[in-house]
Amino acid sequence: MRKAVRFFRNGRLIERAEFSPSTTLLDYLRLEERATGTKEGCAEGDCGACTVVLRRLLEGKLVYEPVNACILLAGQADGCEVIAVEDIAGEQLHPVQQALVDHHGSQCGFCTPGFVMAGFALYHRAEQKSCSRAKVVEAISGNLCRCTGYRPIVDATLQACAKPAADKFTRDAKEASRRLKKLADGKDVFAGNEKQFFAAPASVSSLAKLYLKHPEATLIGGNTDVGLWITKELREIPKIIWLGRVKGFDKIESRAKEVRLGAAVKIEAASEALARIDSDLGELFRRFGGWQVRSAATIGGNIANGSPIGDSPPALIALGATLELQRGAKNRTIPLEKFFLEYRKQDRRRGEFVRAVTVPKLTKGEVFRCFKISKRYDQDISSLFGAIKLRLKNRKIAEARIAFGGMAGTPKRAKTVEAKLKGLSVGDRAAMEKALVSIEQDFAPLSDMRASAEYRLKAARALLLKAMLEIAGKPSQLTRAFGRRADAHAA
Amino acid sequence: MHTLPDRLEDQAPHTVRKPVAHDSAARHVAGSAAYVDDMPEPAGTLHLAPGGSSVAAGKIRKLDLEAVKRAPDVIAVLTAKDIPGHNNIGAIVPDEPLFASDEVRFHGQPIFAVVAESYLAARKAAKLAKIQIAAARAVITVDDALAAKSKLLDDYDFINGDAAAEIAVSAHRIKGVLRIGGQEHFYLEGQAALAIPGENGEMHIHSSTQHPSEVQHIVAHLLQVKLAAVTVEVRRMGGAFGGKESQATQWAAMAALAAHVTKRACKIRLDRDDDMAMTGKRHDFRADYEIGFDGEGRIRAYDVQLAARCGHSVDLSPGVVDRAMFHADNAYYLPVSAIRSKRLKTNTVSNTAFRGFGGPQGMMAIERAIDAIAWKLKLDPLDVRLNNLYGAGRDTTPYGMQIKDNVLPELIAELARTSGYRTRRKEIAAWNKGSEFLKRGIALTPVKFGISFTVPHLNQAGALVHVYRDGSVHLNHGGTEMGQGLFVKIAQVVAEEFGLSLERVKITATNTGKVPNTSPTAASAGSDINGMAARNAAATIRGRLAEFAAKHCGVAVERISFRDDKVFADNRAMPFEEIVEAAYRARVPLSSTGFYATPNIDFDRERKNGRPFFYFAYGAACSEVVIDTLTGEMKIERVDLLHDVGRSLNPGIDIGQIEGGFVQGAGWLTSEELVYDKNGRLTTHAPSTYKIPTAFDVPEDFRVSLFKNSNREDTIWRSKAVGEPPLMLAISVFAAIADAIHSIAPGKPVPLDAPATPEAILRAVDAVRVQ
Repeated sequence: MRKAVRFFRNGRLIERAEFSPSTTLLDYLRLEERATGTKEGCAEGDCGACTVVLRRLLEGKLVYEPVNACILLAGQADGCEVIAVEDIAGEQLHPVQQALVDHHGSQCGFCTPGFVMAGFALYHRAEQKSCSRAKVVEAISGNLCRCTGYRPIVDATLQACAKPAADKFTRDAKEASRRLKKLADGKDVFAGNEKQFFAAPASVSSLAKLYLKHPEATLIGGNTDVGLWITKELREIPKIIWLGRVKGFDKIESRAKEVRLGAAVKIEAASEALARIDSDLGELFRRFGGWQVRSAATIGGNIANGSPIGDSPPALIALGATLELQRGAKNRTIPLEKFFLEYRKQDRRRGEFVRAVTVPKLTKGEVFRCFKISKRYDQDISSLFGAIKLRLKNRKIAEARIAFGGMAGTPKRAKTVEAKLKGLSVGDRAAMEKALVSIEQDFAPLSDMRASAEYRLKAARALLLKAMLEIAGKPSQLTRAFGRRADAHAA
Repeated sequence: MHTLPDRLEDQAPHTVRKPVAHDSAARHVAGSAAYVDDMPEPAGTLHLAPGGSSVAAGKIRKLDLEAVKRAPDVIAVLTAKDIPGHNNIGAIVPDEPLFASDEVRFHGQPIFAVVAESYLAARKAAKLAKIQIAAARAVITVDDALAAKSKLLDDYDFINGDAAAEIAVSAHRIKGVLRIGGQEHFYLEGQAALAIPGENGEMHIHSSTQHPSEVQHIVAHLLQVKLAAVTVEVRRMGGAFGGKESQATQWAAMAALAAHVTKRACKIRLDRDDDMAMTGKRHDFRADYEIGFDGEGRIRAYDVQLAARCGHSVDLSPGVVDRAMFHADNAYYLPVSAIRSKRLKTNTVSNTAFRGFGGPQGMMAIERAIDAIAWKLKLDPLDVRLNNLYGAGRDTTPYGMQIKDNVLPELIAELARTSGYRTRRKEIAAWNKGSEFLKRGIALTPVKFGISFTVPHLNQAGALVHVYRDGSVHLNHGGTEMGQGLFVKIAQVVAEEFGLSLERVKITATNTGKVPNTSPTAASAGSDINGMAARNAAATIRGRLAEFAAKHCGVAVERISFRDDKVFADNRAMPFEEIVEAAYRARVPLSSTGFYATPNIDFDRERKNGRPFFYFAYGAACSEVVIDTLTGEMKIERVDLLHDVGRSLNPGIDIGQIEGGFVQGAGWLTSEELVYDKNGRLTTHAPSTYKIPTAFDVPEDFRVSLFKNSNREDTIWRSKAVGEPPLMLAISVFAAIADAIHSIAPGKPVPLDAPATPEAILRAVDAVRVQ
């Protein structure tokens, strides 16, 4: 048992034993260190002005992950080196910084530190792969700029990331690895007391025990949702259990017929693994949020919080995923769709936690499509989200699994439509269109600031039609304005 | 091209017209550029959080703040009762209280503020208030206000001839309605101010404001002290876009009141959600138009009613709606016209300045009318636009100003050529025929934007320049830096004047103690007016130095020149600092103010006639989009911009203004949607629900050029204002979306409203299908 959270700042070890568990990393930087280069733009992880980079060891390798410091708790930096905008220049500006100056990449400058840090993370990632405009745009999709129109920022970042990384961080990589390795002690962390604590158990058994003892504690994965309870609702959250150090929880196991994702697998990592099941799934996870959100948020968190507009559940339900839950020493596995009982109510007992989700791979004859509709393409919450898996036999639908988000109080299957589709020929457009009308029997969505009920129903039907036509052979170049599929993947 | 007078402009400049980086760029990227919340806090600084109304309209019955006062770390709770002077923050009309004390007029209206030891403590305490309000019926939307005849100000019209009669006898006529949504500024740095109390009633305020003098005025009246007791300082803002012209004042005033009451330094910064709920936005409009035209699409008469949601108080709405009227013609000659306006009072936050200041909404209406003409006559919309441009004998605006600097015929011709508009239109039409679900659209639209404050007295500026004995220059002027690059442009002007390298000119924070009675940095006029004032200040010192150097070297003053950090007497060069030191010892004054008042402007609002603008800035844009007719999703595929900045003071900065303005405008017209519920609560009060563009939304194929031109008016280095005009280039995106929808059912009008969200696009698609 360790009583303090530990992380590095500019090579200096910071140990924090007594602190308010809900202190954000941003408040730590700005209020305690008075390091004011990192800005607060929204305090909800949506603008990226507070981006800092966590340098940590992942399977023995140094990785650079951009995160939103405004909703990341200081405790979540345990085991990492926290790198902020003031830390990256040496005698001269960092190449990412200098390129922004050279390209007129800042105007008011308030968002700039965030772009610098997203660019800095990309700079250290781009060395393995060639950088491209698309990669830059993806890397900064979680950063909002209101002045420049982005073009000079994209140009600058592209230029800076075109060459292999060579900065003081690459130079001290060995030393940093050594330092960080020392922090990986495999011990349970418990900072605080029985009434108020930040805990980071190191094993499933410690987690199970601790949570059983404190079932009223709040479990956090990436804290990208709970963070807003803290910064926006100003809720007191005295007991926090962070899942980020639980051994095995960040593991992705690709088996012959399925992929098993530990509860604390980051969306960023899940995205790569799931893209191999279907490219739509990869694109969906890429659009889940900006890079900062994807680098913090977890698959378990996106499921466990039970939001009706979470992006992963409908896709995983359509694929037939199962959920592993654990309470104390007891495990159970349920179909994912059974987990969502009603609006914000899940089948999770007191003291029980999500352990993993297992996603079946597509087998021969199975095809998959998923679509996200939002007002903005990147870093937006779905107005609606539709996913469909068909099992085809001789171009006829043998089985359909369709699930939607944003259409009901929970992620939910469209069982009437599924039944009507059964037996139809994928090329029979008239029959398809007729079958899809029954979506109105499956859903009675709400109107809100994202979309009206009427639009949601219309668009849901349109998405299914689109999926059907694509599966029947229409290339996505003719059915999608963006987010097109690389492969044809038709029946 | 126009010929220039025999002045400094004719020489090849060393510093102006160069694309030098923003003066703070290196500090922006390093995180060392300080905004209000980053400044070192004086010992014992307290923090504020406002508490607002939970209903849109009503009477306060009971205000119970006991729990707030008892909350941990709370030092004081401020209400209207704590104000020693006037409980008013209204700039033009004193109709808006700092704290509501009796009547509440919008959801979120501040009623009290907590002053506590920390930001978090203040915010937590603010939630504990118990306020009983007897709710009244609230007027929320433009339609509500029209139905209830809820007016904030009298209607105001420009009437030229009998539009109704002329439309009636026109060969063709169209009637239509266009709804235009508002826009949240979403400056990345929220509203912020730090007030530090001094002795003898003095107050020093660091405010993130475009209008330090107004903060000074309102604070002085609030605290009942003289203006001279209040100093307001602004080094930079993290974006403003008009949102900190009048509406930064309230928060600075709140901090000053707290500092007055507690005798400690007090800081306020609004949480993003509070900022979005409590500060005004771009006005949403409903435009009802009727237009009469001939068979070539040439306009005979235009009648438009521009109805604006102004919110609960006057704020800057008179100027905003006036400017909508001044731009109701955009680039087109209207032989007969009726430009009418309604300034509606609603129970919503008071709408305010936003880049374009009403101009964009006025233009949107006529651009829609032009498209409607093209649809009806089956003409290329570009031809209808060209047929209606101002030209010889067709050059008087609806407000009686003759247009002399129109470059749009050449500018549009150039853009049509470089963008390949005609060919692409044909290709798109062919492509659309073969595409069932996806439809492309293209549009080329112009912008003509009037430069000057339409309130004449605001067209003045002051500057203060000191030269120190080491040859360094201290530059100060009345303009504020919000990211637009004003400071570096003016430093370039001053460096040029002294023949110095830019590094020698020290840029300093705007400060009401250095340059008094300033105008807001607004109306795109920042560099025009402050640049001239600063040049005049520098020129005065330069003149004294030249005279001294001439005597010192025994040559005629005409033989003295300033360049390369040196002073030349004929061919003899002396380091600038040596001449300065010698001048100092000879007791030559090395400090000067400078002043500028924009000439030749004169508009009579009663007679609705005159010359409100010194000149016009022009531009045009060609945008291509693709829409998904199944879902209404849209992507901008290519954009070509050609914009007139005269002879640019700094092309790097100006291109940034053009691109940034365009993208901001595109956001306004597509993904940025303000949604109020029926109780008047803004439901899109954070970036999770209010979506400004991201990098993905900017087309990869984005071509931006400066139009080769010079300002025919005698402006600073013959440049033109650039802040606002490019925003309106984004109307081309909206028109391109309408064009794509139009391809589904050619000849039918497209009832697309702004913003063109996926839902709005799908609604319009369905509408043209069933017509």
